Amino acid sequence: MSSAELAVSMAEEPAQAVESPGIVKANLRFFLNELRLVFFRRRNQLLLVVVALFPLLIGIGLKVSAPGNGRGGSGGGPGSSAAFFNQLAGNGVFLTFIALTLLLILVLPVVVAVVSGDSVAGEAGYGTLRYLLAVPAGRTRLLIVKYLTIVAWATAATFIVSVVALLVGVALFPTGPVTLLSGTTVSLGAGLARVLLVTLYLCVAMAAIGAIGLAISTFTEHAIGAIAAIMVLVVASEVVDQIPQFASVAPYLPTHWWNMFDSLLRTPVDTTTLQHGLLSFAVYIVLFWMIAWARFTSGDVTS
Amino acid sequence: MTELAITSSALTKRFRGGQVAVDHIDLAVPQGSVYGFLGPNGSGKTTTIRMLLGLAYPTSGSAELLGMPMPDQAVNVLSRVGSLVEGPAFYPYLSGWDNLARYDAADRTASPRTAKQRIGSALDRVGLTAAAKKRYRHYSLGMKQRLAIASGLLRPRDLIILDEPTNGLDPQGTREVRALVRQIAADGITVFVSSHLLAEVEQVCSHVGVMRTGQLVFQGSLPELRRTGAARITVRTPDVVAAAEVFDKLGLAEPAKEENSITAELGEAVPEHVCAELVHAGVAVRGLAVESPSLEDLFVGLTGEGFDVER
Repeated sequence: MSSAELAVSMAEEPAQAVESPGIVKANLRFFLNELRLVFFRRRNQLLLVVVALFPLLIGIGLKVSAPGNGRGGSGGGPGSSAAFFNQLAGNGVFLTFIALTLLLILVLPVVVAVVSGDSVAGEAGYGTLRYLLAVPAGRTRLLIVKYLTIVAWATAATFIVSVVALLVGVALFPTGPVTLLSGTTVSLGAGLARVLLVTLYLCVAMAAIGAIGLAISTFTEHAIGAIAAIMVLVVASEVVDQIPQFASVAPYLPTHWWNMFDSLLRTPVDTTTLQHGLLSFAVYIVLFWMIAWARFTSGDVTS
Repeated sequence: MTELAITSSALTKRFRGGQVAVDHIDLAVPQGSVYGFLGPNGSGKTTTIRMLLGLAYPTSGSAELLGMPMPDQAVNVLSRVGSLVEGPAFYPYLSGWDNLARYDAADRTASPRTAKQRIGSALDRVGLTAAAKKRYRHYSLGMKQRLAIASGLLRPRDLIILDEPTNGLDPQGTREVRALVRQIAADGITVFVSSHLLAEVEQVCSHVGVMRTGQLVFQGSLPELRRTGAARITVRTPDVVAAAEVFDKLGLAEPAKEENSITAELGEAVPEHVCAELVHAGVAVRGLAVESPSLEDLFVGLTGEGFDVER
């Protein structure tokens, strides 16, 4: 490029008279770019493919082990999912609940941990964090965009499980009016509405794990360390939740209310339990968001 | 008085361990200058730059960029400042183009409408147009460095801060960076460039600041730095003792006698006058030379010889 061209390109847009886009437009652009960064990254795409494979494999496995109609499925699932296993042979919709229950133990938390643990620590590790802040992206703004992207990611992963499980369930098992856990039968449409509500409930649960992940991520520049820390936390919470002697602390654990989504599969719906669950998720989101914010806006960026 | 692009007053950074990385420095970088920020590795240059950019918070003291206090006004002023801090950093799995688009998208004042054109011309300016679609991970070190400079040029800037822009580059790459700095400065943009090598910046700088263990030991224009070095006169002669008497009479400071020569600080004296006086006194002058210390010598004098980590 010749210096004459340079002079022209500089003259077109003098530094003083920069045309600024609207605030909303600019923030949306940043958010969309962040979404692209997460969803177009090959590692993450692979994760989503793996997540989608699980309901497929679970569906095929259950179909093979329970060839005839009736109560063929061996209820091998943990805890409350046993009830779903028995229902599956009668209705493919139940594969959604089985898949969600099984994947909640480890797979979905891992998927959320990978992206949330990577969110700030990954940028710090690459050194891109200092350039984003020098751009300037703004610390609080960057954190908001990061968290919204984590929520979008968690929602996508949870819905992939639901949708794939539903499609596989419908393809492999009979479908019709849905008999709920309380014994009442509702129409297929109402049953699908419950699937949607359960999925949304778990999206909020995963968003809470995402907030914890975001907070942990602001404390390190090693993404893998942050991811591991989140998983240790999740597994520890699940273990403690299983020990009867710790029953008094159980309601305060981040994972305690996950499986309570089965309240949505009874008539009348146990709204008190659901409210407790949502309150617990909300408290975790607010608390860890504040930790993340306090840490991220006050600390020196040394990476 | 000229406007200042960067100022700081008693800017200080003490790390949690108690170590003082930057110790009460008062920077004054004139607008339109190319300011070489010199000092050995570990002398506090990068910490200073981090504070100027609002990445690190000062323990005490204050700094202003383009007249705006940092870090309070970081969000408002930094879009007018391009920077390269401690080497390039990009997403290895994105192409050069996508990497620049990423940083551009993060800038709330950047117009998305002109993004394509701006990214294109920034890449063009550093000669990376052909590699725009290549993943960053496959870039050579020089290309990475140039991409970092391109990201500093995404917007029209009033100030460019380059921290060790030639670190790890081969002579060819160093020359390219130097040419880029000249081009940027020719557009009237203030350039603040740090380096541990004086030779690297003395050809492009108009002003220098020299850091030593966290303190700014010199700041001024290049000619001012030169003037701090005293020129010395060297006379080759067998009559050292007689010559020393003449030197003494002329009031030349710090004479140093050797077997067949004598040197002293020239000070205000005129060399030809000294020569005439020597001849007049019957000293056999075999050779006479006046030497000014090189900038390199001055720099080393200010910062100490290598390897003396003083902390």
